[in-house]
Amino acid sequence: MPVQVDENCLYTESHEWLRIEGEEAYTGITDFAQDSLSDVVYVELPDVGDTFEQGEPYGVIESVKAASDCYLPLAGEILEVNEELEVSPELVNEDPYGEGWFVRFKIEDPDQINDLMDPDTYKEYAEKAQEEGTH
Amino acid sequence: MAKKTALYERHVALGARMTTYAGWALPVQYPTGPKAEHLHVREAVGLFDIDHMGQIVVTGPDAVPYLQRIMTADVSRFSVGRANYSMMCYDDGGIVDDVFIYHMPDRYFITVNAANNAKDTSWVNYHRSHFNVSVENVSQETYMLALQGPLSQPTLQDLCAYDLDELAYHEAVDTNVAGVPTLLGRTGYTGEDGFEIYFPANEAIHVWDALMEAGEEYGLLPIGLAARDSLRLEPCMPLYGQEISANITPFEAGLGWAVSLDKETLIGRYALLKTHLEGPSRKLVAFEMIERGVPRHDYAVHVEGTVRGHVTSGMYSPTLEKFVGLAYVPSEHASVGQEIGIDIHGSVRPAVIVNKPFYTPTYRG
Repeated sequence: MPVQVDENCLYTESHEWLRIEGEEAYTGITDFAQDSLSDVVYVELPDVGDTFEQGEPYGVIESVKAASDCYLPLAGEILEVNEELEVSPELVNEDPYGEGWFVRFKIEDPDQINDLMDPDTYKEYAEKAQEEGTH
Repeated sequence: MAKKTALYERHVALGARMTTYAGWALPVQYPTGPKAEHLHVREAVGLFDIDHMGQIVVTGPDAVPYLQRIMTADVSRFSVGRANYSMMCYDDGGIVDDVFIYHMPDRYFITVNAANNAKDTSWVNYHRSHFNVSVENVSQETYMLALQGPLSQPTLQDLCAYDLDELAYHEAVDTNVAGVPTLLGRTGYTGEDGFEIYFPANEAIHVWDALMEAGEEYGLLPIGLAARDSLRLEPCMPLYGQEISANITPFEAGLGWAVSLDKETLIGRYALLKTHLEGPSRKLVAFEMIERGVPRHDYAVHVEGTVRGHVTSGMYSPTLEKFVGLAYVPSEHASVGQEIGIDIHGSVRPAVIVNKPFYTPTYRG
């Protein structure tokens, strides 16, 4: 299956996306990540006001297969969590870049944005991971 | 390198994601996805490639006394044309494997777990001496498919001359499916009506294709291992390595009904009798999470603040839309309504013991 990316996002090596809106950003997991995890049944998210370092685990995604951590792409403070996921975790599978977002957070250090991948680079990266994952 | 079933290419063409289970490359899910596959079997019909399962055939004049020694169930009471659940136990009462025994007119046909196939074969052969029996592992030449769900009968009837109205729950018959000699059992591992289908392995593609085609009008879908696991967990059917093992006795697992302690020659009889008379110190219970979270195999179970047991299997139940699991807890804390705590990612979350099963099977016949 082709890897879907959102042209307006930046990406991490751990398959999170980041959409920047001024000094804030939205994040969630990529289409490749949701597809690899299979059906998501529960997402455990942090509390508003919690702060995390760049790359620190801030939540847990429970799929039919396993539990996996999700990592904040940049250091920041949680401003909002997607409460829809509590009742409809399948949004992560159905619309990973849209209604399946995880948290909105305040960016602490804009310089860290340089560590992320652009959509084309990520697409190539994810396609390589996909090839290695399938036999 | 994992062994491939004869249908490997079919699964790949259907877009399956493959996994390795008990040394076999098997479809864990198709593009439909585990949750939808699960619900589809409850509502319609699904086809499972379960050729990894093993089969052993026992024949000969001493078949009954031999099986009475190695099987926990009372084989002498099995009617011809019926399939029955049994276990094999070690001397200490621990479980070697759980099996299904089909009593056919000319043979006992025994289905064993894939992961235990080699071990079981050694076990049954070791105990064969002194008995005039033939014991043959036929796993390689036998293919096994499962057709499960309320629309299994119409799907299969088109391909089978035997009137399936005449085949009741847990009955079995030697017949033909799609022109291929088949042992057909009204058995399964999903809690739905359905069939398990055994036939010569070289006919695997032919039978699979015929079933997929016959099922088209009933919405037949291929179903992967992930849904197979969640489907068996809702009716609380045990899985070897999780609910049962060499370190667990049938009485702890709630499977005492499949143990006949009257049989003097039964291997493990003394230990089993002792557990039965004293009562097991721990019991397998079903629980529902009160706080959200997915309980998983081996997570710690807390009772009144201390670790007193472990989760054997857990999941989000697609039918109940709840987080549920099975766990071993001390017998004195095993009553329905007992609050327990499940350690999920370092936080102990409340759960409550409920009645088994989560899902009451809807068999027919």
